[in-house]
Formats: sequence, C-alpha cells, structure tokens
Amino acid sequence: MTTRPYAAARRTLSISDKLFEVNWGLVLLITIIACVGFAMLYSVAGGSFSPWASPQILRFMAGFAVLVVVACIDIRIWMSLAYPAYALSLLLLIAVVIAGHVGLGAQRWITLGPLGLQPSELMKISLVLALARFLHGLSIEDISKPLNLGIALAMIGVPAVFVVLQPNLGTTLIILADGASMLFLAGLSWWWIAPALVSVAVAVPTAWQFVLHDYQKRRVLTFLNPESDALGAGWNITQAKIAIGSGGVTGKGFLEGTQSKLNFLPEKQTDFIITNFGEEFGFVGCIALLILFAVVIGYGIQIANSARSQFGRLLAMGVTLNFFFYIMINASMVMGLIPVVGIPMPLISYGGSAMLTVMFGFGLLMSVHVHRQVEIPRQGGII
Amino acid sequence: MPLFDRKDKSRYASFTRRSLGLTGGMAAVFAVLGGRLYQLQISNGDQYKTKAEDNRVNQRLIAPPRGRILDRFGVELANNRRNYRVLLVSEQATEGVAAALDAIGKVIVLSDAQKKRVARDIAENKKFVPVPVAENLSWEEFARINMHLPYLSGVQPDVGETRDYPYGAELAHILGYVAAVSVDDKKDNEDPLLDLPGFRIGKRGIEKAYDAQVRGTAGASRVEVNAYGRVIRELSRDSGTPGQDVWLTIDRELQAFTDQRLGTESAACCVLDAQTGDVLALSSTPGYDPNLFNVGVTPDQWKAMTTDDHKPLVNKVLSGAYPPGSTFKPAMALAAVQNGLADLKVVCTGAITIGNHEFHCYQRGGHGGVDLHRGIQVSCDVFFYEVARRLGIDKMEAAARAMGLGSAAGIEIPGENSGFIPGAAWKEARYGVPWQMGETLVTGIGQGYVLTTPLQLATLAARIASGRAVTPRIVHAVGGVAQPRPLPDPLPFSDDAFAAVRSGMNAVCNEPGGTAHRWRIEEPGMEMAGKTGTAQVRVITKQERATGVKGNMSLPWKMRDHGLFIAFAPVLQPRYALACIVEHGAFGHPQVQMAHDILLFAQTRNPLAMRTAYPTSAALSSPPAPLGGQG
Repeated sequence: MTTRPYAAARRTLSISDKLFEVNWGLVLLITIIACVGFAMLYSVAGGSFSPWASPQILRFMAGFAVLVVVACIDIRIWMSLAYPAYALSLLLLIAVVIAGHVGLGAQRWITLGPLGLQPSELMKISLVLALARFLHGLSIEDISKPLNLGIALAMIGVPAVFVVLQPNLGTTLIILADGASMLFLAGLSWWWIAPALVSVAVAVPTAWQFVLHDYQKRRVLTFLNPESDALGAGWNITQAKIAIGSGGVTGKGFLEGTQSKLNFLPEKQTDFIITNFGEEFGFVGCIALLILFAVVIGYGIQIANSARSQFGRLLAMGVTLNFFFYIMINASMVMGLIPVVGIPMPLISYGGSAMLTVMFGFGLLMSVHVHRQVEIPRQGGII
Repeated sequence: MPLFDRKDKSRYASFTRRSLGLTGGMAAVFAVLGGRLYQLQISNGDQYKTKAEDNRVNQRLIAPPRGRILDRFGVELANNRRNYRVLLVSEQATEGVAAALDAIGKVIVLSDAQKKRVARDIAENKKFVPVPVAENLSWEEFARINMHLPYLSGVQPDVGETRDYPYGAELAHILGYVAAVSVDDKKDNEDPLLDLPGFRIGKRGIEKAYDAQVRGTAGASRVEVNAYGRVIRELSRDSGTPGQDVWLTIDRELQAFTDQRLGTESAACCVLDAQTGDVLALSSTPGYDPNLFNVGVTPDQWKAMTTDDHKPLVNKVLSGAYPPGSTFKPAMALAAVQNGLADLKVVCTGAITIGNHEFHCYQRGGHGGVDLHRGIQVSCDVFFYEVARRLGIDKMEAAARAMGLGSAAGIEIPGENSGFIPGAAWKEARYGVPWQMGETLVTGIGQGYVLTTPLQLATLAARIASGRAVTPRIVHAVGGVAQPRPLPDPLPFSDDAFAAVRSGMNAVCNEPGGTAHRWRIEEPGMEMAGKTGTAQVRVITKQERATGVKGNMSLPWKMRDHGLFIAFAPVLQPRYALACIVEHGAFGHPQVQMAHDILLFAQTRNPLAMRTAYPTSAALSSPPAPLGGQG
C-alpha cells in the first residue's frame, strides 16, 4: 500500500502484523464499556433484551468489525480519503437540512434503506480527518497565517452552521470544540487564541438573542432553575438528578432502579441512560465507569503522542477529544451541570449512528496506533 | 528539500506540550464530574432517595365499608351490597373519552346524562384517576363488559360496595339515603374520602345525622406508580376503619306493619315506648325508595316525587305541622285539674257567646251537662272553651309546653319542625295587637295558631301515659356504645291530674258514647286509651254554618279535615304510645282504625318484652347483646 514519497516507513506491515499491532487492551476496555451499556439497556427495558439491548449488541458487533477493518487500513489512505469524506458528509448534512426526515422536531436523520443515518455524527469524524490532513501540511508559523486559519475556520464553521440549523446544539458544540482543540494542538498562536476566547464571551449573549431556538432557550432557562418548572421543562433535569442521587454510595442494585423503570426518566435508553447506571450502581459504579473512560482517553493521548506523523497525532488526538467531549457533555447534562443539549453517552446510549461513528473513530485511533511508525512529510503530496 | 525539518520538530514539541495541557484540562473535567457525583450521590444521596421514593409511591384512598343501620333486634335496615361497576381511566382511553363512552354505550345502556357526568368527573380529576361510568350493573351487563374488554381501551370493570336498603320505602323516612357528594358537602369537610369519585354521603335521615360515624375513616393503599401515575403494584395496604354500626330503637316488624297499615293514605304514625320514649315505629306515607337516590334519580322520577300532592319526600312525622285539634284537649285537661278546675261542670248547648262572637261545639245540638271526664270522652268543645276561658292563655301555653308541644322533640333524625304554641307575648310582638279572649278559646280546642307535629303528639301521649317527661329517641347505640338515656324528669302535674285525664281517654275508647268506642281494642288486657281529633284546614263561614256544614266527602280532597288520634295501651300499665294522622282523612276516622290495628299488633308482638332485644331501661349500662355481628 505504501508508495514512494512515503517510503520513510521502516517496513511494510502485513495484515497479520497489523492485527498483532492492534492494542487489544484498549479494544477490551471499549468492549467492557459497551457491555455496561448492554446491561443498562437490558435494565431500563425492565430486564429484557428487547427492545434495546439486542439491536445494540448487533450494532456493537458491526462496530467492532468496523474498528478492526479501519485499524488495518494505512493512515495514508485515510489521509487521502479525508477531503472526500468531508465533502460527502457536508453534502449529506446539507441534504438532511433541506429534505431531512423530521424527527423530534429537529431534522437530523437521513434514511438510507433501512438505516437511519445522522450526517452530523459522520461530520464529527470527517471533520477530524479533514482538519488533521489540512493542519498536517502547515508548520506552526503557517497555521497562524490568516489565509490558512481562515480555511481551517471555514472547514469547521460551514458544517457547524448546517448542524445548528438542523437544529442540533449539542453536536454543534462538539464540532466547534473538536475543531478548536485541533487548531490549538496544531500550534495556533496565542495571539489568535486569546482574542478568540474574548469574542466567544461576546458571542454567547448574541447567540442567545438571535440563534437559539425557543426550545433550546427554554432548556437553558430551566437548567438555571429547574425547580421553577419541575413538572414541565425542568422535569428532565430534576428527575435525572433524583435518579443519580438516589443511587447513593453503592446503588440500588442491578435491575432495582425505580426511576427509569417507572418512566420518570426521559429518554431513558438514549441520552439519560447513565442516570439508570448511577441509580443502580451508585457512586462506586459511576467512579469506576469514569475511570474506564479516563483510561480509554489516556490510551488515546498516549497513541497520539507516540505517532510519528503529525496527521496521525492530530487524528488520534482529535478522535480522543471527540470521545471526551461526548462524555463531558452527556455526563454534565444528566448531572445538571449544563443544560440538556441532546448528546448520547458514547458506547452506552442506544443508537446506531453514534455507535458506528464512535467505533469508526476508535478504528482510526487504532490505525494511528498500528501505523505509528509511518512518517509523512509535511509538504508531501497524497497518493 | 528534506522530508522533515526543524519546523516539524518544533511542532511535534508544541503538540506534545499542548496535548499534555489538554490532558490536564480533561483531568480537571473528570475531577469536576467526580465531585458532582460525590455531591449528588453521597452528600445529598439521602435527600434524593426520599424524592425517588416519593416519586415512586402514591397513596390511593380506600373507601371503608359503611357502617350498617340495624333495628333493635339486629335486623339490617341498611347494609352494603356488591356493586358491579365500570370505571374509565381517561389516560388509558387511547381513542379519547368520547370514543370510549360510545364503545361502552354499545355494550350497556348509557344515558346522555351519565355521559355528561363522566365528562365532568374526568375534567375534575387527574387523568389517571378511575372515574365511574356506570354502577349497579346486573351480573349479565357486567359479564358483557368483561367479554368486550379487549376492545374497550381505558375501561376497568370493578366490584365495589354500595349502600343497600333491603326494605326500600318502608324505612326511607327514618334512614334517609346516601347520594353523590356535592360541592356544598365538601365546603367545610376536609375528609379526603369526599374527593373519591363515586363516593356516597348521607343526605337525609339517620344516614345524614350519623354520617360521620357510619362513614368510617379512609384506608390507604401505598402503590408504586410510574411517571404517568399508573399503578404498577401495591406495596402496602391499610383498609382504614370501617364505619360504625348504628342501632336503632325501631322494631322492624312493627315498622313494616305500621307502614302497610297506613297504606296509600297521606298519613303519619309514630309509635313510642311510653316509658322511655324509644321510637318503635315511625312511618310517613307515601314513602320513596331510598335506593333510587344511591343509584341516581332520573328527572322523571324526581318530578313525580316532587309534584305528588301526597308529598312522598316529606317526613310528616317530624316535618308535618298540623293543628292538633281535639288531641290538644288532654293537655288542657291536665292544666285544668292542676289549677283547681277538677270539678268544673258545664252545660253545653251547642255554642257559647263570648263578647259578640259565638263559639260552636262540633255537636250542633250540644252535649248537655258535661264534666271533665265526659268532656274528654265526647270531646265537648264548649267544655274546653270554658276551661280555656278560666285558665287564660299563659297557663295553657305553659301546660302545652310542659307536655312537649311547641318545641322540637330533639329526635336524632334531622329536619324536625318545632311546631307552635301561641302566647300573649308572642301575639303582641308579632302583630302589635293584644291577645283576644276568642283566641284563647280557639286555642283551647287545638285550633287557631297551634301547630304540632305527629312526633310531638306521640310524645304527648307517652307523657300522659307515663306521667313523666318522656322524650323520643331513635338511636340506641353507635359503634357498640349505648347512647346516654337519662331517666325522664317528672312533669309539673299531679298524679290526680294524670289519673283524671287517663280516665277520660279510657272513656273515649272503652265507654259507650266515646268518640273512638267503635274501634276500641276488645282483647282483655290490651285495651287502649286515646283521644280523637279533627283539624280543620278551611274556615267555615257563617252562611255555611246557617245552611249546614258541608260533609267532608262532598269536598275536594285538599279541603277535607285532617284526622288525628293519640293513644296509649294497655290502659292500666301503658307501654305503647302512639300518634296517628291521616291528612284530609277525618271522615270515618281511618286514623283511629289504624291506631287500633297498630297498637293491637304491637301488644300481640310486644317487642318491648322480647329478651333478644337490646337491654331496656332495666340495664342501661350493659352493652347491647348481639352487637357487632358479622362484618
């Protein structure tokens, strides 16, 4: 698969070499977390594999295959596919905004045969890929040049605009966070970063005024004072906190949670799944789960820093940060630290698009790991 | 140009630095999340546990079984029966309430009024509260509902309990009835049971007066509910305190006989224990079926009851106020003896003239020489005009009041009329005109302003019979506790006075020429003493009197005189006292015939002597024998 300009790689790996190189410890951790998810879906269905646990297990198995296949594909191929993938995701995103299927008052789904696909989920990975490729070609000095920065910002901004139009505030935030952190990692000058932070501080009230939908504003307002409307819009937050809090130190025990089984929890199988975990396994269980997540993220950071190509480093770190932002937003949301924005807990929440894109992301991370010795010149062209 | 240069190295170093910085940031975020978990689950865990429990657990009220109402022998006069009913939970009616009602309407008959009531109940309650759609279904209807259940969303068949009055109209005026709770009922009553859909509350009679006792206290079922309030399972159950049983002094057999004997007349009769005042029978006809009110009276039925000129809804024993007519005379006779007129003799010529006004005796030809004994026996008006003239209104008023007239007897059934005894002071205050002698005379024969209820007249009879201030009462025990029954006070009349009046009343029945002689009880030892009375409901004009007073039968029903009778038996040792009135039925004295039959039946059956009854005056303190019974 290697070609001349990239021959700096020490050797060409066979498929079996690559499989050997895969960090199976990390794969095991991911599988354990996914199993926690299956258990929770089994639990919120009242001790039943249907309707959620069984399809989720099948999706994870498919995702597992995706992970392994993606891991074995050379990162240079992924580098060459970065822009096309980005373009395709953007097209789908535009298509879904224009002709999207209406679900939950928001246009997020596109129907491909039997599969409901969320282009915004694809976009997160595509953006990481495309930014990694673009930033790979820029030295620290180049990045801070207005033209390059402008291109990078456009790459982030255009999909962000379409996602916010869907409207999907949570994913928009993740796209912006992913993009910003990758610019930061690529070495963007503090002379840009500092004013950007200031302008964000200015932009938030503006966005409140002109951009946010009513239901999004309502979520923010009820978040700030959930008890004001405990049976209305504040219901989600109040009940989620009750579920987690009532778990106490060791929880009520598997299948013993009452909040979700009695339907007090909204969207108990998707965004709020972790509240059931908190209720049934308590503080001990939650901390254990956080540690599992932290170890996965730690692996990601370690993989990023041991890659020899800037593309690989940026890609690995981007994927890891994307995973982290999911966790951060979802956990903060269900614990009442931030408003409800509709972000699933990766690997645990029920949902096909999220599961596949997260596993695809881990595949890319693993590909970076497997191909960590591959060196790619900054100025080098692409296959 | 080399593949890799210094710039690559510098950006690698920068990446490592910055990724470490981000790692720090991520660690900080995880620390915050962990801290938040600590706050939620450990610091405030107990508080959230309570909230989750509150969420999960809902209290459902359970209506306690309503206490029974029993007669003096423990016969159930009001009890509870199974009530097959259909409930609707609006939340579960997937196609809406209207569609659900239509679907039910295809299986059982539903009126528009019922549908309207259901819609109102649903609007007033939370959407998970089951609201009764139809009650008191037959087993067949109930089975049909159950069979169609798969096609009836939101419908719950239910077997509840409802009030039943096995003897129907016979006891309606005593027991009253239960009916749905109205807004007024809830006004100053905090009992949560009143908010229970389909709950019934006592509206009349004993059911109303003793509602608090027979209602019991609400039980509660702690149920696990889901976020929509639907019951998942029952966690614990407290069935509440069942209502207390109320024991009446009534003898059901005597009550049944009395009620049947009054028949279709617009009549009232009350039988008392002459010594204690216990009400043995209390009948006002026509009656109504109290079960109708529990089930729900249709507009047609209601109209029929309210427009009937025999007034089935009125308890005439307590609420009917009638001029007592000649039944008032024994009270006047007592006052006469007490005031030294025991030997008064009057010659009745058919009328006397006071001032320029002529006062007639009902006997146009006059009674000739009349003393107190004969005055009572033949009910001579002229004799009592003279008694009244000599006593004056003040003494007459005092005597009437002492005998229990002119004020409510205080029976436990609500709605009692206090009747009326006029006095000089009252007239002055009311009309600003002094009391006239003519009014004294008219009062002396129980006409004019005087009004009494049949219950007061029965009390009068009992007081004459016993010589003590007997007061009627109908509730013997509540929840197994005998109600206090103080011994009756003595009356302000001498034994001689009572003896003279009893002798006169004995003559009414048992001596030839007495006004009730024809209907005397001939069984030895059961003879009754009594006093007849006729209450005019119209004014007889001078012209009519000149041309001859019209016979009652030639007048329309509403214009005919009321026939009254008070009596006690047996004469020598009175145990039973009675008052009986037949509205517009003076002709032929049907009320005397009724009294004859009722007193004879009472003595033949003799409930007061039955040992299975609750203890009578002999053992007031001991609890009633068969109380409790089966629940």
